[in-house]
Amino acid sequence: METVASFYETPEPARFTGIRSWLFTLDHKRIGLMYLYAILFWFLLAVLLGGVLRLELMFPGETVLSPQLYNSAFTLHGVIMIFLFIIPALPAVFGNFFLPIHIGAEDVYFPKLNLLSWYLYMAGGAIAVFSLFSDGFADTGWTFYVPFSISTNTNVSTAVFAAFVLGFSSMLTGLNFITTVHKMRDRAMGWLQIPLFTWSLYATAWVQLLATPVVTITLVLVMIERFFNVGLFDPARGGDPILYQHLFWMYSHPAVYIMILPGMGVISEIIPVFARKSIFGYKALVGSSLAIAIAGSLVWAHHMYTSGMSDTAVFVFSLLTFVVAIPSAIKVFSWVATLYKGAIQMTPPLFFSLCFIYLFSVGGLTGLVLGAAGANIHVHDTHFVVAHFHFTMFGGTGFAFFAALHYWWPKMFGRMYDFKKAYIAAILVTGGFMFHYVPMFILGLQGMPRRYYDYLPQYATGNFFAGFGALFMIFGIGLMVANLLASLGRQRDAGPDPWGGVTLEWTIPSPPPVHNFVRPPEIMAYPYDFSGVTDRSAQSPKGE
Amino acid sequence: MEHASHIFSYKTLGLVLGTLLVLTGVTVGASYIDLGWINVWITLVIASAKASLVLVVFMHMKSAGKGVVVSFLSTVFFLAIMIGFIFWDVAFR
Repeated sequence: METVASFYETPEPARFTGIRSWLFTLDHKRIGLMYLYAILFWFLLAVLLGGVLRLELMFPGETVLSPQLYNSAFTLHGVIMIFLFIIPALPAVFGNFFLPIHIGAEDVYFPKLNLLSWYLYMAGGAIAVFSLFSDGFADTGWTFYVPFSISTNTNVSTAVFAAFVLGFSSMLTGLNFITTVHKMRDRAMGWLQIPLFTWSLYATAWVQLLATPVVTITLVLVMIERFFNVGLFDPARGGDPILYQHLFWMYSHPAVYIMILPGMGVISEIIPVFARKSIFGYKALVGSSLAIAIAGSLVWAHHMYTSGMSDTAVFVFSLLTFVVAIPSAIKVFSWVATLYKGAIQMTPPLFFSLCFIYLFSVGGLTGLVLGAAGANIHVHDTHFVVAHFHFTMFGGTGFAFFAALHYWWPKMFGRMYDFKKAYIAAILVTGGFMFHYVPMFILGLQGMPRRYYDYLPQYATGNFFAGFGALFMIFGIGLMVANLLASLGRQRDAGPDPWGGVTLEWTIPSPPPVHNFVRPPEIMAYPYDFSGVTDRSAQSPKGE
Repeated sequence: MEHASHIFSYKTLGLVLGTLLVLTGVTVGASYIDLGWINVWITLVIASAKASLVLVVFMHMKSAGKGVVVSFLSTVFFLAIMIGFIFWDVAFR
């Protein structure tokens, strides 16, 4: 492959240099990397906050946090993880970087809007930090439930405004992706030739665009109620607190699919590459992405079984919740069937992907326990729920993020990382994860409520083990990030296609040139045709 | 000019603005009359009419391409389902 200058050496627009070439860039790849740096910062901060929370719970009684500080700390942990990490992580970083390349385009359809989305994201983060230093961070949990969020003296309004601004960033990114897929796709690429990661981003973008306005306007209503005493949600003023929960979860449950769908797309990219085998059930995977996006938007009230809503609603939403399990299961079956009789080559991205399948499956199946109204009554708002959503969100989206980092790192930076350290980090994170969250399932079934800074003596053992696991996990995450960053000191040695991939990003140099393609992209009739790869001499990725 | 046929006159825009303000007044007025469950539907119908006027006239949906119209109708359909599903709760409490 010919040598061409990468996007690092050729700013877009060309008139900007140095730091300004990043701050004013219109290049989707640079914007993706700016998201990566910001998101990693927030992620590591929220991980440390989570560590402090578990340290407090590791031993009975007050240890490192006061009750009030504990409430603010878990709210901040939740707000950062949800709004600043999990929701934007995969679409904003890898979607920005790879969606245009996957469809043979030079950039997204609205490059300036893309940069604005990043600035809104940064502004939202800055506002959240600002609220820390004015009247204390909100102590409501990331759900901002009324009527408490209306009556508490902590700075709910600023925290809510931060989420409001972040919502706009998410909507604009979704709008950009939908338009890009429709208008910028290579003319030779039909809908069923689009890679599955991009399909998942497309389905996610619709959810971002349709559901996010609901929560943004709901949060505005909370501010209106706080500032002007309008009786919207507070029953003391004639409002309806359950309506708030409907409106909040109308976005926030689909948001779960904003978080997980791109993760599923990542796994659908990685599994066939390292099984050296075409993905099993391409059309079923595409259909299941759309089905999850649609059905997942109609099950929000399964978060509200104990809220006092009608029994009819409990029945309907419980039934619908079980429907979502079907397309999710289709994906898991397709990944496993792809691995079956494949020429499997173990690498760090595949290792993380396999962990994802296991952890996400546990998260999904325990979700059915919570989706069943009868069982839900017993474990609602207990540590069982905490364990469940961390299995889906962290074991799912978080591990997909790690897998994506290790899969696309050589393409983004042109450098391969140390495999041995990556495996050690992955084992520490996964092992720590199990020690951390499995005890929470048991604690929840035993009746330990969530969001309490202290507990009864019978919960001490489980909490100690959970804290022990957290330490392993944090150490593993630190090692993983350090290993990836250490690779930046190496030569650009990854080559254009270190894994033997077949989607378009592997046909261009690493790192890519500013306009992505040196020559017009060749669109394959089927995006996961590995016949050309298996015909080549066996490739052994560097780094081992 | 290529888009000249898509631009509405000031008179039309003014009429639509007036209609929107009147409908807002009707919404406020209707809230003072207790008609039971019919109140919700009156409010929804008025809000839908107002949103349609904004989209067709101010946002030029009338002259938009097929893709935009289909996307818009899909969102309306989806929103209707979401609002409708709240009534599984509200109507059966």
